[in-house]
This record gives sequence, C-alpha cells and structure tokens, in this order.
Amino acid sequence: MTLRVIEKGDLPGLVDALIAAEAPVVGPVRKGEKHVFGPLARAEDLSLDYVTTILPPKKYLFPQQETLLRFKAGPDPQAEPVFEAHPLTIIGLHPCDLRGIWALDRAFGDDHVDPHYSARRAATTLIGFDCLPDSYCFCTSVGSHLPEPGTYDLFFTDIGAAYTVEVGSERGRALMERHAHSREATGADLALLHERRKQKEALITAHLQADVQTLPLLFESVQKDPLWEELGAKCLSCGNCNLVCPTCYCFDVGDLMQLNLQDGQRIRQWDGCLLTDFATVSGGHNFRKKTESRLRHRYYRKFQYLMTKYGRSFCTGCGRCSRNCLAHINPPDTINALVAAGEKEGV
Amino acid sequence: MTAQAAPASLYLGQLATVTAVRPLTDKEKLFDLELPSGPLGHAPGQFVEVSVFGYGEAPISVTSSPTAPGPFQLCVRNVGTVTGALHRLEAGAKVGIRGPFGRGFPLERLRGRDILFVGGGLGLAPLRSLIHYAFDRRHEFGHLTILIGARTPSELLFRDEFETWERRHDVDVHVTVDRAEGDWSGHVGVITTLFPKVQLDPKTTAVVIVGPPVMYRFALAETFAKGVPGDHVYVSLERRMKCGVGKCGHCQMNGVYVCQKGPVFSYTEIADLEEALG
Repeated sequence: MTLRVIEKGDLPGLVDALIAAEAPVVGPVRKGEKHVFGPLARAEDLSLDYVTTILPPKKYLFPQQETLLRFKAGPDPQAEPVFEAHPLTIIGLHPCDLRGIWALDRAFGDDHVDPHYSARRAATTLIGFDCLPDSYCFCTSVGSHLPEPGTYDLFFTDIGAAYTVEVGSERGRALMERHAHSREATGADLALLHERRKQKEALITAHLQADVQTLPLLFESVQKDPLWEELGAKCLSCGNCNLVCPTCYCFDVGDLMQLNLQDGQRIRQWDGCLLTDFATVSGGHNFRKKTESRLRHRYYRKFQYLMTKYGRSFCTGCGRCSRNCLAHINPPDTINALVAAGEKEGV
Repeated sequence: MTAQAAPASLYLGQLATVTAVRPLTDKEKLFDLELPSGPLGHAPGQFVEVSVFGYGEAPISVTSSPTAPGPFQLCVRNVGTVTGALHRLEAGAKVGIRGPFGRGFPLERLRGRDILFVGGGLGLAPLRSLIHYAFDRRHEFGHLTILIGARTPSELLFRDEFETWERRHDVDVHVTVDRAEGDWSGHVGVITTLFPKVQLDPKTTAVVIVGPPVMYRFALAETFAKGVPGDHVYVSLERRMKCGVGKCGHCQMNGVYVCQKGPVFSYTEIADLEEALG
C-alpha cells in the first residue's frame, strides 16, 4: 500500500477533475439538516463534514429496485438478462460504509455469484474519507473504524493542512497519477495520521461490552432471553432498520408489465425481514409471525449467521438503525443487555 | 463497462413447453413439462422456480421421478398470482424453469431400508417423486408403506394412481380423510390416526414425512413413539424461495437457507432449529 499526501487546497481541483473525467461522480451532499449520497456537479457540492447519510451507499450497488430480466410475455415468451451497470465513482465513503460494501461483496459475490451486483461493483470506484463520529457510532466495537486495505481504491484522512491518501488498488493509483498533485508521505505525515485515528477512537462513546468475535457464541445461549419479547413489544415492524442498513440485502422478485401487456421486466426490490409477511408462504403460514422473532432474526443475521459464515460481523456500527428506529431500539443497548444476561448465566 | 458478452444471469432459466395439463382436484393440476435440453436432471425432492412471464415466479417441487422417461411433472395448487396463471395455461404453453435447486431425499441413506412415507395434503406431490423412484428401483428398498391424508375425499391427490398402488403386493397403502363426504367408505381421521395400522422395525426403517406445517409435530411424535431415530426421519420443508440461490433471505430458518441445505432435512439436522417447523 502506498501512502500519498495532497494539500487541502488541491482537493477541489481533484474532485473537479474526477467529475470531468470519471463522471458520474456521487458523494455526500446536504439534504436539509441531513446528508445523502447524491450526484456531484462540481467540487463545492461535496459536503465532507458529515457523520452519516440517510441511506447507505448500497443504493448504488444494489438499488432499491432493479431490472433482472426483460421479457415478452404471451404464448411464445422470450426473456433476456439485463445488466444495468454503469461506471460510477463514489467519493466520501466512511470506513463503516466501506465495510458495508465488503459485506455486500461477500453476500452477492461469494458462492453463487450474482452477475447483476458484480457488474455494478466492477464498474464502481470507491474513494473513502475518514470521519468524526457522533453518539450513535460504535464502529470501534465491530472493527470497522479503520479503512481496510482491499475495500477501497483511495482513502483520504484529514491530517490538518493536508490529506493522507492510502492507495488501495491499481485503479486508485491510476486516478492519483492522472488527476492529483500529490507527494510521498513523510514520517511526520504518518505520525499525524496515527494521532488523528487515536483522536477519532477517543470520540466514540457507544460501545459493545464484549469482543464482537465472541458474539456468535453468546448468541447460542440467548435465543430465549426475555429481552427479545420486551423489544418485540416495542418494535413497530416498520422495516426502517432494514431500509437504512448498509448490509441488509434481502430482496423480493416480481414482474412489471407495460400497458401493452406484452413487454415486461422482472425486477427485484429491497425487502425487509422485519416486515410482517417476510416469512409467509402461500397458504398463509407465517414462519416468523411474532414481531420478536423477526427482530431477533435480524440481530442473529448480523452477529451470528452471516458472521459465522464470513468471519466478520455484518453490523458495521454505523448507527443508522439506532438513529432511525421509532421505538429507540439500538444494537449497543440490545447487545449489552444480552452480554449482561449471558454473564449472569455464566456463559 | 467495456463491451463484453453479457454473462448469464442466475435469474434466467430455460423455456419449457407444457405438453399436458391434467386437473387432479378443484385446486390442483398436474403439468407435464419438456425442456429443449432434455431431462431436467433432478433428484427426487428437489424443486424448480417456475416463471409465467408477466405474473412472476414461484418455487414448485418436482413430483415426477428422474427414473421416469419423458417430461417432468409439477403438481401445482392454485393459491396465488403465479400458480393462478399456471392454472390458466394449456398444453403448448411455455414457461420459464430455473433449477433444479436444493437437496432432495438422501437416496444413499434410504437404499436398503424399509420406508414409511407420510404424505399430508399437497405434501404428497414432492413425496410422489420418491415413491415412484422406489417403485422403479424396487429391489433397492425393503418394505414400503405409504400413508396418505387429505382434508376431504375430493381433495385427495393422485387418487387413481394410489388406487393402483393399493393393488400392488409389495407395498402397504393407507388412506384417510379428515372429514368424510359423498360415498367415502374409507378411514376417517387426521393422518396420525393411521399410525396404529403400521408395523415397522425401527432399526431398519426410514420415515419420510411431507405435509403442511401443522402436520409435522404430530406426525413426528407418532414416528418417534415407534422408536425410529431422528437421523432416519426426513422432512421436506416449505418456504417461499424467491431466488433459489441463497440470497433473497426468504427461506432462511435460523441460520439455514432451505433452498441451499434443503428442502429435505433429517430430523436430527433441524431438531435444534427453533424456526424449522414454525
């Protein structure tokens, strides 16, 4: 990995150059008092002073609705796959959101490779920026607070008068060479980078009271903990947590027809395991009828099922579900109550 | 993106031709389907995703045995948009087929054993693929006993077919309905009331149970009362698989994707999965 440095004053020029050469470019932009990932027309649109966006960047790699097939219906049907991938550069991704994309890469890219996701992913350039947390962030507890090599093309960290730039891929190296005025990092830059990371860690106030890698084991013993019933009584089954989660990737598949009733598309769209009918089969039997069983299922996916399969937590600690839960249910409180219950039982 | 040949999609299957449609009851029809590429290549107990373009896609278990030459068969209950559209199709129509998916019945473990088949309602459809397989390779199996249950006589599936099974000397068939109607003179009662008629050796028998969610707990209790161990008891579980490739999340029970590890499981495999039998 190469570490480069660019002066702060040179960033707008770099962003404008990327917009000119690598369009379309998206990044965090203001929306009222919040931020969203949106298109950048010029460098000034980029608003790096943000904690988190309403929706995670998964909307670009796994859109809320996308076409899988185009078909002609009728007695002699014909169908062909559709790949909607276009080149895209995303600027301003925080480490937790890069971790979220890592998780989507595992889910869609491992085992049966999903070519619709993979085509989009291959056409996407990821440029990360380090962040400052708020009281909801708990990334340090799930190990997603640092940029992890292999998850970005470039990663920028504000070290005062300049940014360090970690070059994470050949694509990133080429972008730097083409568009940036940069210099090699010195020992002093590296010291500032480490200092800056320490400061960020010190600002995190929400923590899981257990090593995240022990949670799959803890979850073996807390399936019937009364906490689930308690949380189930509060949960509104609205699916907000699924919607804003950078690693929730469950989907529904259905057909959309044109008015001529001949041409149509098979589309997939986001679904959510908290929604009442997620596990209902034809005939009406619902395998997760109780709210608590659906809520518990989501936690088990993040901290046990997918974690056991892929080795790392599928919760990125971004805090989006905590910020958006109408019932104030949040992972740190939930996990910490389970940890306490586990300790009481001597797990 | 550079110009390159479009990769195949996991979500695009082949077009199959419906070669025959036969009504079985008011709600179920039997479809014969042919693929241009030849046999489906399935194992008994596997399922396919069936597309009626414009209506969508639904997971349906294959009801024919791979030992049968010619088309493969699906038994479809008309319960929703896709199955309703299927029911309106006639011979000659074309549907999309993806699959076969999942893990079927464990033929290696069943070979050489006596088998008790327990089929409730539409559960007879996937079970029939294994029953036919066992008939076609009769010498590979020991004693065969088949229990069939439906709510009413008019809802019994494959009635003409199992009446021929009843005439065979190498299989015991017992049929029941929850409620008698018309000229029904057979057994009346839920499927578990047939268990007292069954003589089996728990050391040499495998039990294969397929039925609606509510049936499993009761049928399993009767099976275990006869002393058959859990690793020789098999069930096929129903879920609404939207993708068939372990991604969409709909078929997950605890940490297990039914479309990948199932739909057939031994009881031992699911005993600790709270969500398995719902």
